[in-house]
Amino acid sequence: MAAPTSELFSDYNSGGYYCEMFGAPAGRPPAHTEKIRKRLGRLKCATLKRRASATDRELFNLGITFTVYSDKNAIDRVLPFDVIPRIISAADWKTIESGCIQRVTAINKFIEDVYHEQKILKDGIVPAELVTGNPNYRREMHGIALPFGTYVTVAGIDLVRDTDGRFKVLEDNARTPSGVSYVVENRHLMQRAFPDLTEKIGIRQVSNYGMKLREALAELAPAGAKKPRIVLLSPGVFNSAYFEHVFLAREMGVPLVEGRDLVVEGGYVQMKTTGGLQQVDVIYRRIDDNFLDPAQFNPGSMLGVKGLFEVYAAGKVALANAIGTGVADDKALYAYMPRIIRYYLSEDAILDNVETHLCREPEGLAYTLAKMDELVVKPVGESGGYGVVVGPRATKAEIAEARARIEANPANYISQTMVGLSVSPTLVGNRIEPRHVDLRPYIITGRKSWVLPGGLTRVALRKGSLVVNSSQGGGTKDTWVLE
Amino acid sequence: MSSLLARFAENSFWIARYVERAENLARIIDITETFARDEHGESDWTPVLRLHHDEESFNARYRKVDAANIARFYIIDEQNPNSIRYSIRAARENARSIRHLISLETWTQLNVFYNRIARLTRRNLKLSDLSRVCGQIKEGCQLHYGIATGTLYRDQIWSFYRLGTFIELCDQTTRLVDIKYHSLLPRAPDVGTAIDVAQWNALLRSASAYHGYRRVYPQEMTPATVAGFILLDPRFARSIPHCVREIRQSVMGLLGNDELKHLSFAPKALDELGELAGWDIDKVIAFGLHEYLDRVQLKLIELGEAIADTFFLASYSTS
Repeated sequence: MAAPTSELFSDYNSGGYYCEMFGAPAGRPPAHTEKIRKRLGRLKCATLKRRASATDRELFNLGITFTVYSDKNAIDRVLPFDVIPRIISAADWKTIESGCIQRVTAINKFIEDVYHEQKILKDGIVPAELVTGNPNYRREMHGIALPFGTYVTVAGIDLVRDTDGRFKVLEDNARTPSGVSYVVENRHLMQRAFPDLTEKIGIRQVSNYGMKLREALAELAPAGAKKPRIVLLSPGVFNSAYFEHVFLAREMGVPLVEGRDLVVEGGYVQMKTTGGLQQVDVIYRRIDDNFLDPAQFNPGSMLGVKGLFEVYAAGKVALANAIGTGVADDKALYAYMPRIIRYYLSEDAILDNVETHLCREPEGLAYTLAKMDELVVKPVGESGGYGVVVGPRATKAEIAEARARIEANPANYISQTMVGLSVSPTLVGNRIEPRHVDLRPYIITGRKSWVLPGGLTRVALRKGSLVVNSSQGGGTKDTWVLE
Repeated sequence: MSSLLARFAENSFWIARYVERAENLARIIDITETFARDEHGESDWTPVLRLHHDEESFNARYRKVDAANIARFYIIDEQNPNSIRYSIRAARENARSIRHLISLETWTQLNVFYNRIARLTRRNLKLSDLSRVCGQIKEGCQLHYGIATGTLYRDQIWSFYRLGTFIELCDQTTRLVDIKYHSLLPRAPDVGTAIDVAQWNALLRSASAYHGYRRVYPQEMTPATVAGFILLDPRFARSIPHCVREIRQSVMGLLGNDELKHLSFAPKALDELGELAGWDIDKVIAFGLHEYLDRVQLKLIELGEAIADTFFLASYSTS
């Protein structure tokens, strides 16, 4: 642990983990955080606390909240925000950026292949049943050609940083990754609350995300749509991510519609306006495949648009993300991602995977069961951190329980080597303490891919916790990518 | 200019209506405190309940018709769809749906305003505090209009917002006067007494009409001049003719949009409202004040339906 720069950090000890502010446990604090460390060091903890509670209040007043519905009450909760930023050097960002673009490119090629010739399955690189047996595999998508082969318009790739300081991919999100609104709003919040901290640091801007997304969506519009009409399709105000839908609709200047506002007529998707029906060309949808079209998928869906799929298959409306991208963000498929990248791009993966064992394979199962107390076990189909068992932190009973679940349905589980997630100084009570963080960069792909220079840093606010999900006591930090 | 989703038009219309409704309720509660006292100092809050057709729902949950219960019922009772809390929440939820189309300030103020009202408890509604609380609510509503008027983009959203504002305001003005209509009945025992004058005075103040009224009638204060001023003076911002003029302008503004040019919208109810707005107070009294107010309210309902049919595609969205 390097010598602390000031009083604010005087007690700070990253506890053997890689620290986003102070660097490797044994090394010197990195040069790129020096200016910020000095400025932060001049602040008293009380000042930091006062400004932090002002940002909390502001979040609540602005309604930057997610909504928790109990029996009869809707409670607006603020996603906890930590005011000490997470800083990424220009060099690290270059790796992240190229690594993410490489990964998304391969994912798009993979999905296109899966819904056309299935070469990768025929060549035995990925087991066929892993794809065709996946509940998110959509047979209906076969033979449907999409502009530029772009299936995943918006991707969120979850990265973690190991004790050695290397970034590794933990998870790919290729369906409807959320959280980008916090990236932009957190920055606005920091600029208002800490103008003295953000000034002249050379932080890359994140505010053009909406413009970039709109551009990409327009590129994907069906041929012939000169001024494509774009809408954002949301499940509605009861969705916990509704704030984000509002945010994105506003940033892109497009209507925030619900299924009930749309109708299929005359072979096109139309929206109900005050002046009558009007054609829609591109739908950025924030609802799952299953709910998109009751005629094609879940017949009970009240959120979708009847007949949408037929219009889509005829190429008369674009959807982002495309239908059926869930085949690529499965946790079991994740293990094959380095091979998928090599197969389509003839390159090695720029960003490593975390070592993963598939319980669907006999060796993987045997290894997992033998080392339960060292590994992190995850169910394949869950998200949000649910059902994850962290071996070294689990009780004997929890491990026994997990073992029984795996043995009953091995194909539903993977296990991963425990990563010593990096930490970031975080305001906790009246102290600055290390808390584990991850990073989710957002990649937008229309004709080409672009990575938002920033990302969502999620922080596990509970001491020692490695689970950063907001449903499990996680918060966020502003993420500064330096020029 | 771009097209507007029918649902968003409806949201904008209802934000305005709900806030206007809340403001007028605050005004009514505020004056009823004065009104409710007769010469013996006894209170009668039943006219407020009658006005909103709330006797049944009130009696189902409250024992006594007194100031404390009325204040609870109309200010903080979540289960009462006529309460201020309910209205402001409805306004906020409508705003939530079009949050991407309205200014950040408009949303933030409504959000903060609702959160403040949601925190009110019985302890904040003591009789001695009631007037102050009503004043704060009124101010919150006025702040909303100020921000909305100052920041809303002048497209269809704005036109529907204005339509909602003046349809509701017109309706509420008739209700406010309706509370006092019995004073205009012949041989009503109080007419012309000191308490009666004090009540008309309070009515004027509650409608923010006193300063205007005094310029027109520096000396007189009779039921007919007061009711005539509030209902029919076209220069008074809450009067029927003023509201009808604003409604007409908003309709014209709407139909001036390229996307709506092909629509024909000339509801009979609006013509009839225009005719009613032109009456003088003697004609109203001869016809029956209460009956006149009823007719205006009926025409406003018909106008609302015509708007829903044409612009909100009411028939379409239910199919």
